[in-house]
This record gives sequence, C-alpha cells and structure tokens, in this order.
Amino acid sequence: MSDKSAGTAKLYKETLIAGLWRENPVFRLLLGMCPTLAVTAAVKPAVTMGCCVIFVLLCSNIVVSLMRNLLKPHLRILMFTLTIATFVTIADLFLKAFVPGMSEALGPYVPLIIVNCIIICRAEACASKNTLGISIIDALGMGAGFTLTLCVLAGVREILSTGAVWEVAILPAGFVPWAAMRMPVGAFITLGLLLALVNALTKKKT
Amino acid sequence: MDTLGILLAGFISIVLINNLVLTKFLGICPYLGVSGRIDMAFGMGMAVTFVVTLSGTLTWLIDHLILMPMGLEVTRYVCFILVIAGAVQLVEMYVRKFFPSLYESFGIFLPLITTNCAILGLCLFINLWGIDNLLEAVVLSFGAGIGFTMAICIMAGIRENLNLADVPDCLKGAPITLITAGLLTLAFMGFAGMIR
Repeated sequence: MSDKSAGTAKLYKETLIAGLWRENPVFRLLLGMCPTLAVTAAVKPAVTMGCCVIFVLLCSNIVVSLMRNLLKPHLRILMFTLTIATFVTIADLFLKAFVPGMSEALGPYVPLIIVNCIIICRAEACASKNTLGISIIDALGMGAGFTLTLCVLAGVREILSTGAVWEVAILPAGFVPWAAMRMPVGAFITLGLLLALVNALTKKKT
Repeated sequence: MDTLGILLAGFISIVLINNLVLTKFLGICPYLGVSGRIDMAFGMGMAVTFVVTLSGTLTWLIDHLILMPMGLEVTRYVCFILVIAGAVQLVEMYVRKFFPSLYESFGIFLPLITTNCAILGLCLFINLWGIDNLLEAVVLSFGAGIGFTMAICIMAGIRENLNLADVPDCLKGAPITLITAGLLTLAFMGFAGMIR
C-alpha cells in the first residue's frame, strides 16, 4: 500500500515538473502563442494573464475530469469549449469588477483564452483520460509553466523597452529605450530568439 | 457616398493597418503551422475568410438582436463560441455535400478553424469597437479574412525560399519563422498612419 502511494506521489511530482520544462506549453509544444505574444509588452499584464489561464485551466480540468465517463466522443470538443467559455466569463467578470485598469489593458485577450489551445489540449490529452488528482496537478504544472514563460518574455521586453521591471526602473537613467520592443516586432523576434536559446540548451544536454 | 468611403476605409484599415495576424497576434497557430506550402496556406486562408465573414455577421446579428435587447451580455462569450463552432460545422457539411473536390483540399483545415483565435478575436473586436451597422460589420469580417489570407500567403512564399537557405541549427523550424514574422511586421508598420 505504501509502495503504491509512493508511486502515485512520484507520478504527481513528474506531472508537475513536466509542465514546467520538459513539456513547457510555449517553448516545447508551441501552444497558446497568441496571448504569449500579445500581452507580454510588460510584466504586470503578463502575470495577470498567467493567473487567469491558471484559474481557467484548473477549473476546466477539474470539471472535464469529473465528467470524463459521461462524454460522448463526437460531442467532446463542444463540451470542452462550453466548459472553458463559462470559466473564462467568470474570470473576465472578476477582472472587470476588481482590477478594471488591467481588464482594460488586456482587452479582448481575456475572452480569447477560450480558444487558447493549451486549455483544450490539456482537457483532451490529460483531463479526459486521468483521475481528478492528476488533472489538478497537471493544470497547476502547465499553468505555472505558461506563466513563467510569459514572465521571462515580458521581463526581457519590458527591460529593453522602458528600462524597468514591474514598473520599477532598474537600468541607469542614461539608457535609451528600444521602442521597437514594445511593438509587435519585439514580441516576434524576442520569442524567436528565446526559442532558439531553448533549442540550443536542450541539444547540448542530449 | 459617405457610407461607401467609411466602408472602404474600414476595409483597407483591417487588411493592411490593423491586420489581425501582424498587429493583433490573432491566428498565430495556423500562421506558423500551415504556412509551409503556398497552396495549403491559400486553402487555409480561403476557409478562414469564409468562416470569419459568416460568423462575424452572425455574431453581430445575435449580439444586437437577441443579447442586447434582453440584457444577456453575460453569456456573450458562450454564445459567440457556439455560433462559431456551429458555423464551422455547417460549412463543413455544406462543402462536403456540394463541392466534394473543394472539400478534399479544405478538409483537414475546417475543424481546426473553430479554435482559430482570429475568428473569435474578430467577433470580439467588432463588439469592442462598437460597430453599430450591419454592413460595416460584414465588410470588416470579410476584410479580416482577406488580411489573414494575405499574411499567411506572404509567409508561405518566404518559407518556401527559406528552405533553401542555410539556417543555423538551433534556429531551424519555429524560431526562424517567428523572426521572419517579426521582420514582416516591421514592413507592415509602414502602413500605420495611412488612414487615421
């Protein structure tokens, strides 16, 4: 019995770590690129976005995992989408009520979480096949991995475009901001270079 | 004449200046995934244009005729995604029945379109910009599709040539595509300010 529970604990830990690095949704699986590029001009909106995604991912994984035995194969995707849309509405209304400024800044990218491939992918690949425990851990790992990636990307862009992180200046006053980093160009090129870096790092290890 | 001017300005603005892919980051997944060959890119673009025009119009109608008068704005996202999924299903069945040859070439892309954020994104932007004219909503939706097709075809053309280039090992695949996309965005920034 203790052997079995130790095995489960190991499985949980592995699932959690997989989301952070080995199966990192953005760097390794190339999922959810739209919000990754759109909300990473600064760290603050990136963290907010990450929290929203974690919340939606967690709730939808829980619900999908609970109803996995009732799902009919051909209606599966529709049920996932409706579940996700419901939780996204909750998150959106919450943001509008408690942090209206942030809700304004993120604009339509909060409702766009509905079509974020990470969430549908996890519902399909993990929650519809696994028990509640694994699904929750998986959601946390994947969500944390996604948030971390957003923060790295946003951090690089915010430092270079304003010389600050979380709106606190850290570079000396003589620094000339790179306006391009705030624009779409900066998003594409930074993400491209970060992906190249991740590729180079993983190649060396194997 | 005045209406025509507004419609034309809106169309040009959504194709070139506010291009959904290059300035709003919508529809990046197919933009990176399906842009390997130019004929496939064009097929995807056409399918998206068709669905986005249909769902942009339908969601505008539903929003203004059903949700707003009844005060059901809370359910907007759920309704929108249902409409889009329904439109995709409808288009798929229609094309399969009446244009089998077209279905052969579209086939794989159609189900993918449901989760293409360009479509839901456009419906949300129409709502956000407060478009209160059906004709304008139709023109904007159509323009968004054309803009997507243009962006993905340019990208596919570049990538076909990129295959012959000697790219550093760690940049192969997605990274170089993203950097190319970045440079393309830079080119499109030249259109900014063309129309106020």
